[in-house]
Amino acid sequence: MTSTTTPPATGPEAPAPGRPGARLVRAALRHPAVVPVGAVVLALLIGAVIILAAGLDPVTAYAAVISGALEPGSLDYTFSVWGFIIGMALAAAIPLRMGEFNLGGNGQLVLGGLTAAVIAGNLPLPGPIVIPLAVLGAAVVSGAFGAISAPLATRFGIPIIISTLLLSPIAVAVVSYLVRFPLGEAGAAVAQTPRLPQDARMWALGDLSYSNVGLLIILALLVVFWLVDSRSAVGFELRVVGANRRFGAYGGVRVGRLALGAMAAAGAAAGVVGAVMVMSSPFRLIDGALISPGYTFAGLAAALLAGGRPALIPVTAILFTVLQVGGAAMERSADVPRQLSDVLQGVVIVVLALRTVLDQRRTERSSA
Amino acid sequence: MHVFELGFVAAVLLAATPILYAALAGALSAQAGVFNIALEGQMLWGAFAAVAGSYYTGSAWGGLLTAVLSTALFSVILAVGAARWKADPIIIAIGTNLLAIGLTGFLLRVLFGVSGSFSPRELQGLPKMTFLTDVPVIGPIFSGQTVLVPFAFVVIAAAGIWLKVSPAGLRLRGVGEHPDAAASLGVEVARYQTWVTIVGGALCGIAGAQLALGNVTVFTENMTAGRGWIAVAAVMLVGGRPLWLPVACLGFGAAEALGFRLQGIGAPQQLTDAAPYAITLLVLIATRIRLPRRRTAAAVTTSAPTPAA
Repeated sequence: MTSTTTPPATGPEAPAPGRPGARLVRAALRHPAVVPVGAVVLALLIGAVIILAAGLDPVTAYAAVISGALEPGSLDYTFSVWGFIIGMALAAAIPLRMGEFNLGGNGQLVLGGLTAAVIAGNLPLPGPIVIPLAVLGAAVVSGAFGAISAPLATRFGIPIIISTLLLSPIAVAVVSYLVRFPLGEAGAAVAQTPRLPQDARMWALGDLSYSNVGLLIILALLVVFWLVDSRSAVGFELRVVGANRRFGAYGGVRVGRLALGAMAAAGAAAGVVGAVMVMSSPFRLIDGALISPGYTFAGLAAALLAGGRPALIPVTAILFTVLQVGGAAMERSADVPRQLSDVLQGVVIVVLALRTVLDQRRTERSSA
Repeated sequence: MHVFELGFVAAVLLAATPILYAALAGALSAQAGVFNIALEGQMLWGAFAAVAGSYYTGSAWGGLLTAVLSTALFSVILAVGAARWKADPIIIAIGTNLLAIGLTGFLLRVLFGVSGSFSPRELQGLPKMTFLTDVPVIGPIFSGQTVLVPFAFVVIAAAGIWLKVSPAGLRLRGVGEHPDAAASLGVEVARYQTWVTIVGGALCGIAGAQLALGNVTVFTENMTAGRGWIAVAAVMLVGGRPLWLPVACLGFGAAEALGFRLQGIGAPQQLTDAAPYAITLLVLIATRIRLPRRRTAAAVTTSAPTPAA
C-alpha cells in the first residue's frame, strides 16, 4: 500500500524512563504475542457487550460455546473441523506470506470437492489407489484454478484479491450446476452426487466417525508449508517479497513466478480440504454443503491472526474452530444466535488490523 | 416489441442502481488513495438498516435515513482505521465485511425473531414514480422505479464535476495521487481520506436502501450477494473516474437483467448467476490488453505486483 507508511520502530537504544517495574511492563507489552491475544480478548469483550445489549447472558453463552466444542462427545467432530479450518488457513496464509490476499477459497474448495467426487465415484479401483488419486486430482485442479490469478496480476495488472474474488463465484456456480444436473444423483430431493462406494471413502482413524486420515493429510500440508517457509529459499523469497516487493524484485526474485507458485499451492490446499470433506461422512458432494459452514473465512481469520506464520496457524485455528463448532451449541442452550461466531471473527480481524494505533501512539510519544 | 425493450432498459437500470451508488463510494475512496473493498459489507448493513428503519418508523424515508446515517457510522471503522491509524484497509475491510454478515444475521434473530429473511406485511418500500406512467418512453422505463434510480446519475455527475473543478476536489485527487506532496502543500491528508470514506459509507447506505426497499421490499441474509465486489471491479475498470461508472455499471446491470431473461426461457440459474462475474473479469482483461503498461489507476492497483525488470 502506498498510503501505508511504517512508523519507525522505537529502538532498544532509547532507554525507557521511569522505574524498573514500569520498564518491565512496557517490555512485556511489546512481546509479539500481546497483539493477537489482546485482539482476541478485546473481541470477546465486544462480543459480551453485544450479547448483553441483546438482553442475553454472555457468561452462559461463552460457557456453552466452550462446552459445546470441547466436551468429550463432540471432540471427534471438533477435530475434523479444526483440520478443515487449518487447510483453509493455509490457502489464505501462503499468498499472505508474500503480501497477497486469496479471497477465492470457496471456489477452490468446491472445485476440489467436485474433482474428488468425480474421481472417487467413477473409478472402480481399490482404495489405496483411488483415495490418493482423488486427493491429488483435487489438488491439481484447484491448484491450477488458483494459479490463474497470478498471470492475471502480472500480465494484466488485476490484483490477486480482485481476481480471486471474481473467479470464486464462477467456480461455485459451475459446480452447483454440475451437481444439480449432469453429475447429480437421479431422483434425489436435494442436489447431490451419488454416495461414494465403500472403497473410495477416506480411511477412518480408529472408530472415530468424523476425524479421519484426511485430518493427517491436512496437518502434513501444514508441516510442508512450515518447512518450505522456514527452511527453503522459496520461503525466504516469499517473506522478502511480502516485506518489500520492490526490494525482492531488485534482489532478483521473480515475483510473477513466485505468485504463480503461491497461488497454485494455496488453491491446492483448499482443493485438498474439499476432497477430504467430500470423502468424509456423508461421502458425497451436496450442493452448498462445502461453503455454508464458512470454513473459508474462518481459515482466513486464523491465517491473519497468525500473521501467516505456519507454526501459529494450528493455535489460531483452535479459536475459530471452537467458535464455529460451539456456536451451534450456544444457540441451542443459551439462545444466542450462532451468527455471533461471524461477528466475533469480524471483530477479531478488525481489532487486529487496528493494532497500528499502538505504533501510532508510540511514534507520537517518542517524537514528542 | 417496443414495450418489451423498454422493459428491459428498466430492468437494467434497476439492477445497476445499487452497484452505481456503491461504485461511486469506491471511486471517491480510490481518488483519495484509499483502497475500499468494504463496499459489500457496508451495502449489506445499509440494506438491513433500511428495512429495520422502515419497520420501526413506519416510513420508507425513515428507512433510507437510518441506512444512510448508520452505514456512515459503520464506515467510520474503515475511515479512521485506514486514514488516521494507517492500518491496512484490506484487512479492515475483510473484517467489517464479515462483521456485517454476522451482525445483520444476529440482529435479524434478536430484533425480529426470524432467520433467513424478514418482510412483514406492514414494511414500507420506497415509493415508485408512478406519476410518470403516461409519459411516452420515460414512463415505461421510470414509472416502476424509485426516485433513487435517476438520483444516482445526478449524484455521479455532481461528484465527477466536483472532483474536476472544485478546489476541494483537486485537493482530494492530490491526496490520492501523491499524499506527501499534498501534505507539503498544507492539505490535511488524513482528514480528506477520513471524510471521503465516511461519505462513501453514506452512499453504500443508499445502495443498501435501494436494494432492500426499492428493488424488492425485504431483507434477506447476505442479500447483497457479491454486488459490492462487482462495484469494486467497476471502480478498477474505470480507474476510479466517477463519470465513467455508469458505463461499467449499466454493463453489469445488463448482464444481470439478461440473466433473468435467459432464466425465463430455461437457462439454468446457476450459470446465469456466474455471468456478471465472468463478464466483469473478461472486460477487465480486455481493457488491460488494449492499454499495455499504462497504469490507469495507481491507487486501485497497488496490490498488483510490479513486473520484475
